[in-house]
Amino acid sequence: MKVLIPSALQSYTQSSQVEANGSTLGEVLLELDQQYPGIRFRMVDEQEQVRRHIRIFVNGISVNRLSQTLHPIDEVAIVQALSGG
Amino acid sequence: MAATALFVATRKGAWIYRADSKRDAWEVDGPHFLGHIISHLVLDPRDQTTLLAAAKTGHLGPTIFRSTDRGMTWKEALQPPAFNKAREGETGRAVDHTFWLTPAHINEPNVWYAGTSPQGLFRSEDGGVTWHGISSINDDPQFREWMGSEKDGTPDGPKLHSIIVDPRDPRHLYFGMSGGGVHESLDRGETWRVLINGMDVVEGYGFDASNPIFHDPHCVRMCPSNPDRLYQQNHCGIYRIDRLSDSWMRIGRNMPQEVSDIGFTMTVHPHDDNTAWVFPMDGTQVWPRTSPDGRPAVYVTQNGGETWKRQDAGMPKEQAWWTVKRQAMCSDSHDPVGLYFGTTSGELWMSRDEGHNWERIAEHLPEIYAVEAAVV
Repeated sequence: MKVLIPSALQSYTQSSQVEANGSTLGEVLLELDQQYPGIRFRMVDEQEQVRRHIRIFVNGISVNRLSQTLHPIDEVAIVQALSGG
Repeated sequence: MAATALFVATRKGAWIYRADSKRDAWEVDGPHFLGHIISHLVLDPRDQTTLLAAAKTGHLGPTIFRSTDRGMTWKEALQPPAFNKAREGETGRAVDHTFWLTPAHINEPNVWYAGTSPQGLFRSEDGGVTWHGISSINDDPQFREWMGSEKDGTPDGPKLHSIIVDPRDPRHLYFGMSGGGVHESLDRGETWRVLINGMDVVEGYGFDASNPIFHDPHCVRMCPSNPDRLYQQNHCGIYRIDRLSDSWMRIGRNMPQEVSDIGFTMTVHPHDDNTAWVFPMDGTQVWPRTSPDGRPAVYVTQNGGETWKRQDAGMPKEQAWWTVKRQAMCSDSHDPVGLYFGTTSGELWMSRDEGHNWERIAEHLPEIYAVEAAVV
């Protein structure tokens, strides 16, 4: 499925849009990490929580659980929250 | 001719300044990692080539960047410092940022230690590529109690810092926790003992000085010329300890009363264990964390803390409201010794005559978090 990558993480992907597969959001992020080592830990902490200033949308709807079920036609958008420093 | 390098970590990236041993003209290399919060940038003195940078951004989680060519190219650590995942039903901790980096003993090449916020101690045995938590600290209920909560640390998070390796014995380690006291290990971190005797706590609240949770060491330094002597800038004063004694002496009582002995940073002379420098700050009322009266100065002792002398030649005489954070003052190993500090207002200062005269190397940098010097 299509995954949109924010500018802050494009140093890993070299692209604003990549492909990754999985039946849950967690699986998609794991596959992203296999393709682009290190990218997942910048978004998800060691307690499996999406980091405070990272937002993830599936088909335009905000999602915060890694267990969220996904389908091949879904579009995942990873976004820097309007916060940070 | 030996070159001098300064490794400057800031809130918005890292810079490297280079000069020859005269330290007259500095060449700037940077920014590296523009926009990243760099807490510490440290050159490995064992190979004088490997650099580690502790990084995060406002949005992204923490990581470690590594260079094996003195900063020409960088690669990210494969496994940055991270706490163990909590068991089902328990609340785990997540590293917000790596705050402190220390290369280990000269006979342990590729071994590094890292201190994090929230407080954790980590070790790498492959030059910073992968990191593992030291369980005797990170998972120990007693240490977790001493670390306290988010409210028991600095405004941007409690920190484990001042990781020191005894140059005579790789098993002999020290570190400080803000807050949580000073701790020592004689077995490479398997077991620890508390080292807080003689340290004061904030007065007026009935705090128990024998409980590490009430102690906030800001910066601990070991004298390279005498590893049995350590100095400490604490939330509650300036201290010295001479081992095998287990008691700190409050040598800051000898500072001028109008300045007091509050501050964050401290550095020691590389060849003379009687000489150390501090950078006092205003710790009155609401803790402005500025130079006292807007008149910045370094204070030096040349007799182990019996007396202190103001050194401010070349610094602004008034209306300079910056200060220096705990990792942002250091010395080089030239003779005479060069001193350096970076300010919260983004200025980089140096003295090439052991603090007698000061000049500014750079201005308009982001807030400076750390300055490390190396003679290469």
